[in-house]
Amino acid sequence: MDEIVLLGINHKTAPIELRECLAFSNEETLAALETFKASPVISEVMVISTCNRVEILLATENQTKAAETAKTYLSASKKLPVAKFEQALYTHCGDEAVRHIFKVAASLDSMMVGEPQILGQIKEAYHTASLKKTSGVLLNRLLHRAFFVAKRVRSETGIGDHAVSISYAAIELGKKIFGSLEGKKALLVGAGEMAELAVEHLLRNKSGDIFVANRTFERGVKLAQKFNGQAVRFEEIVDCLQIVDIIISSTGSPDFIITRDQVKGIMRIRRNRPLFFIDIAVPRDIDPAINRLNNAYVYDIDDLQGIIEENIQERNREAIKGARIVDESVIHFRQWYENLSAVPTIVALREKMNSIAETEIKKTLQSLSHLSDQDHQAITRMANAMVNKILHDPTRLLKSNEDHGEKSDHLDITRKLFGLDE
Amino acid sequence: MEIIILITIIFYLLSTAGYFAYLFRQKNYLQQTGYYLLAAGFVLHTMALAYGFIQSGQIPVKNLFETLSIACWAIAGVFLILQYKFKLKILGIYAAPLLTIVMALASRLPKEPVQVENIYNNLWFIVHIIAVFIGEASFALACGVGLLYLVQEHAIKTKHHGFFFRRLPSLELLDSTGYGCIVAGFTMLSVGLVSGFVYAKLVWGKFLSWDPKEVWAGITWLLYAALLHQRLIAGWRGRRAAVMAIIGFAAVLFTFFGVNFLLKGHHGEFTRW
Repeated sequence: MDEIVLLGINHKTAPIELRECLAFSNEETLAALETFKASPVISEVMVISTCNRVEILLATENQTKAAETAKTYLSASKKLPVAKFEQALYTHCGDEAVRHIFKVAASLDSMMVGEPQILGQIKEAYHTASLKKTSGVLLNRLLHRAFFVAKRVRSETGIGDHAVSISYAAIELGKKIFGSLEGKKALLVGAGEMAELAVEHLLRNKSGDIFVANRTFERGVKLAQKFNGQAVRFEEIVDCLQIVDIIISSTGSPDFIITRDQVKGIMRIRRNRPLFFIDIAVPRDIDPAINRLNNAYVYDIDDLQGIIEENIQERNREAIKGARIVDESVIHFRQWYENLSAVPTIVALREKMNSIAETEIKKTLQSLSHLSDQDHQAITRMANAMVNKILHDPTRLLKSNEDHGEKSDHLDITRKLFGLDE
Repeated sequence: MEIIILITIIFYLLSTAGYFAYLFRQKNYLQQTGYYLLAAGFVLHTMALAYGFIQSGQIPVKNLFETLSIACWAIAGVFLILQYKFKLKILGIYAAPLLTIVMALASRLPKEPVQVENIYNNLWFIVHIIAVFIGEASFALACGVGLLYLVQEHAIKTKHHGFFFRRLPSLELLDSTGYGCIVAGFTMLSVGLVSGFVYAKLVWGKFLSWDPKEVWAGITWLLYAALLHQRLIAGWRGRRAAVMAIIGFAAVLFTFFGVNFLLKGHHGEFTRW
């Protein structure tokens, strides 16, 4: 009976240098699957390789040999002595392997708990394995369960809620102020990766016009083109505050770009429609005193960082619930797995009984040549019915979900009693 | 009659439980359950009032129990409409317990109607009662929305995003819902006052008798009129509008209780016990 074995390294066990060395490209994955498939000890295999982890998932009858084979292959194909990566490598068998793959799929083992990409990456790895026909009964079932667990964890816990990046946290805050960001106009002051990312998030939320102000007007024009927006001169910023709702600022200016008094005057003209300032710059661009004005909200980079930390803590709390769901699913999987091992015994038992019945019917009928065809059929039916009746209770016992130790005892006794292994 | 009121209170109580469960667990079916329970309570409440109306042939507003009961009925009705229209799910944590507590207290009051002279059950009188109570119910909900606004605004301004920040909706939704409540309340209060004047003219021969209740109702009306005016002209929104909604409702409460307990006048009998 095959067992599930998992070998891997991840961001917790290996530094980036080692992960880079051991990562598999698409071609390398295909080659690895071919090699493992050819190995006599490995019956099923798939390879997951992302920037944070490399995992080799195997189904094998001989755990030690299979693990050795995988290690040797890693060492040979990556041209790295086993000793170099053995420390970082973890090997899980049976339930532990199942638990690990469930946790990885549900993003509970990720560097950023709850990040959604990992599930897609595993799906892709599984797709590759099934195209190459290296996955079988065990891995098919295991992976489908893993996808199901991941979905359940995501919908039943909050691990995917709450932003964990600066730009996304800013957008979520915007939604708490404006409700919907649809049609809200934004002004980008300066430039910078985080600020531009925030603008992209805004656009994805169907925001309205984007204005871009830069000290050098030409740069502003270029950036505005990128967002299909409009460049304004640096001196026009204050006028611009009349029409925009969200200001994202990220300049290298040592002084405040927008002061409290400017905004105070603007709020009257805006008839108090809310203004949301996102200040990503250090030193700050937006006078923090603006936050004390009615209907004006200022968040600087530290405030946003604080929110993210709260959100990460929240996700970690939710991850505990996720782990419970995983534990539950591991138990379900084990039950299925054990049932699977009962099936060959039941089949063998039935085959043996049927063959005995068949032989005996033949013998008996030879000496009873006076019987009609109808009588023959009746006798055959009776023999079959007896086999079925006799096997009914033992089959039910072997198929039942009783505890592990007792079940393997029963399987063992059945095999010995009926000489199924002879 | 008693038993219907009791079952109504139980429904409001269960609805409260539903909304609080929603507050903590954030599962949508919980707030839906709360909503349907409150709707069921409202239907029973309506039946109780209709029964009272048929029994006496008059709108049942003849003692403090009955006026509070009809006020709760109006709040429940306005809340159901508001929830349906604005989808402000969390407002149930204000409305449902408010209904439960007021109804539970009111049901402890004596049920004997006061004998009032000069009550003529004409259309103006009915419109006066219904409109005033719906108006006050809208103001009660505007006050609740205003409170939620202040909580949420405080969280955003101080940058301490705690329990309520995650659970309360956006400032924009709270602000527009509060505004909707005040517009509706103001309209109904205006209708209620005008119909009251007409009724007074028909019955007592004069529009205004400078009864304290009338005066305070006028003051309340002016307060909300000022709030709406400022919103339309100067864009009073957000925090200031929320604070005003709360102050306005305090004036409503004083008009409802204070005037009757502290001052005299021809409305006094209706809230006596």
